Amino acid sequence: MGRSQTRSDFISRIVIIGLFIILFVIIMIPFYAVALSSFKPGESLVRYGLNLSLDFEIMSFDNFIFLFTGEHDYFVWFWNSMILTIVQVVLTLFVSAFVAYGFAAYDFKGKNFLFICVLLIMMVPFEILLVPLYSLINDLGMVNSYSAIILPGIANAATIFFFRQYLRSIPKEIIQSGRVDGANEYAIYFRLIMPIMKPSLAAMAILNGMNSWNNLLWPFMVLGDQSKYTLPIGLKTLLTPYGNNYDLLIVGSFFSIIPIFILFIAFQKYFIDGMTAGAVKG
Amino acid sequence: MIKKFVYSQKVAPYVFVLPFILIFLMFWFFPLVNSFIMSFQDRMLGQDPKWIGEANYSKLLTDKVFLISIKNSVVYMLGTLVLLIPFPMLFAVMINSKLMMGREFFKSSFFLPALTSVAVAGTIFRLTFGEMEGSLMNSFLGLFGVEPIKFLKDGNWSMAALLILACWRWTGVNMLYYLSGLKSIDNEYYEAASIDGASAWQKFRMITMPLMKPTTVYVTTISVYAGLAMFTESLMMFNGNKSPQNIGLTIVGYLYRQGIEQNKLGYAAAVGIILLVIAMVINLTQLKFSGMFKKEED
Repeated sequence: MGRSQTRSDFISRIVIIGLFIILFVIIMIPFYAVALSSFKPGESLVRYGLNLSLDFEIMSFDNFIFLFTGEHDYFVWFWNSMILTIVQVVLTLFVSAFVAYGFAAYDFKGKNFLFICVLLIMMVPFEILLVPLYSLINDLGMVNSYSAIILPGIANAATIFFFRQYLRSIPKEIIQSGRVDGANEYAIYFRLIMPIMKPSLAAMAILNGMNSWNNLLWPFMVLGDQSKYTLPIGLKTLLTPYGNNYDLLIVGSFFSIIPIFILFIAFQKYFIDGMTAGAVKG
Repeated sequence: MIKKFVYSQKVAPYVFVLPFILIFLMFWFFPLVNSFIMSFQDRMLGQDPKWIGEANYSKLLTDKVFLISIKNSVVYMLGTLVLLIPFPMLFAVMINSKLMMGREFFKSSFFLPALTSVAVAGTIFRLTFGEMEGSLMNSFLGLFGVEPIKFLKDGNWSMAALLILACWRWTGVNMLYYLSGLKSIDNEYYEAASIDGASAWQKFRMITMPLMKPTTVYVTTISVYAGLAMFTESLMMFNGNKSPQNIGLTIVGYLYRQGIEQNKLGYAAAVGIILLVIAMVINLTQLKFSGMFKKEED
């Protein structure tokens, strides 16, 4: 059995790895095509669409030069996205972790009911609230403001859920010992618990950051003022049936992926932890 | 006095969860109730609402465009279920097997598409599925002698394009969910099965699949949710909310068209409520049949 076993293992190995290499190539083709097209003039994109032809005669750095020196709002959008993402992530993590601690550390009247509300938010498609939420924002005079984008998501249900799962694994003795030392409930949270939460905060920072950086629909509805546009909205507006903005669109798309790729490569572990933890158990 | 009250161990938990209560009431509960009320009204932004009973709903049931949007959303959702559950599960098992090499590399590179925004991914795929002979998909099909296809003008082809976009973005993510599910399976089951002479397929059927049921239930739940709520992908693919004969119109797209583009808030709210009901019914049925409610508390 030994020999045939290793032989069939060898064949299976070739098959599996071969399959994954093929999948890898398929997944990478769009990235490769965008990278390639960012060196081609816009007309070529209009005429031929995205393709894989390496045509050195028409390829140049013109789009990149235009991206960095041309007259357009690209870097305004980029900057807006950056600020919005940072503020949104910091506030969301701060509030969500605070709330999650309440759920994880205490037993109190109404806890189960409130936690069901958390789960409910995770099950109701946000999109159904677009219209009433928009009219609420309108009534509050918050149209065109970043707070209208930030506030509704500040107690993020999925993030609360994740933190709560994480906090439940922290021994209650830590909290007790804090109390014995005479610390009040909030000092215990801020001084003893928050430092322990660092890895989970990092995971959620990255995941929330990615969502915020890429968010399109709600910011698109809220923001009317062009100077406040974020990157996804800006890129979307470049694609009009009339305008000929393909040069900027393609190089801008390519450039917009780069920061998040770098972030991903630097913090892979946290991305993956954030994606998978809290997903199943509970 | 106040300080003592807020600092007491009885009150502290409420202080901790207070931000959630406020946000929930203001940005979820209130809009949801409002949406329900609006759905019985004839209402426009900045005008006094008029109560019209269930007229919006009865109108929706005979609204052909709305029915098209439901069909598109449901087909899309079913498509993502068929494509984005079994394959990622299989890939996860393969990548987890001892025969695999370069595990970390494949894991991270499969995740990369999820990092792109819908704006970028939609743009990429819009151009990939361009109708010209030279664009990516058509030139690929050209290799097999297939005539150029007008992907974004034909209902079936554009649905295929949307599904391919979904597969490209989410296969890696779902694979990660399954990988984390696999981690919790005790190796002893497989060892015992090997002693009994079970084949790889039998192990997969009898051990892996049943033990990964919680993951499958989770992935199904979020896929139903995301599939029914899809809108931005179609918005980017068709460069707007208008597609030829509404082939790319989804339920949320219709909600957006009625509520935001045409300011028919009441009618749009009714669309939202119907979407909520569809999503809830499908997911609760799914959870019931998979026995999730019978699981232990907590």
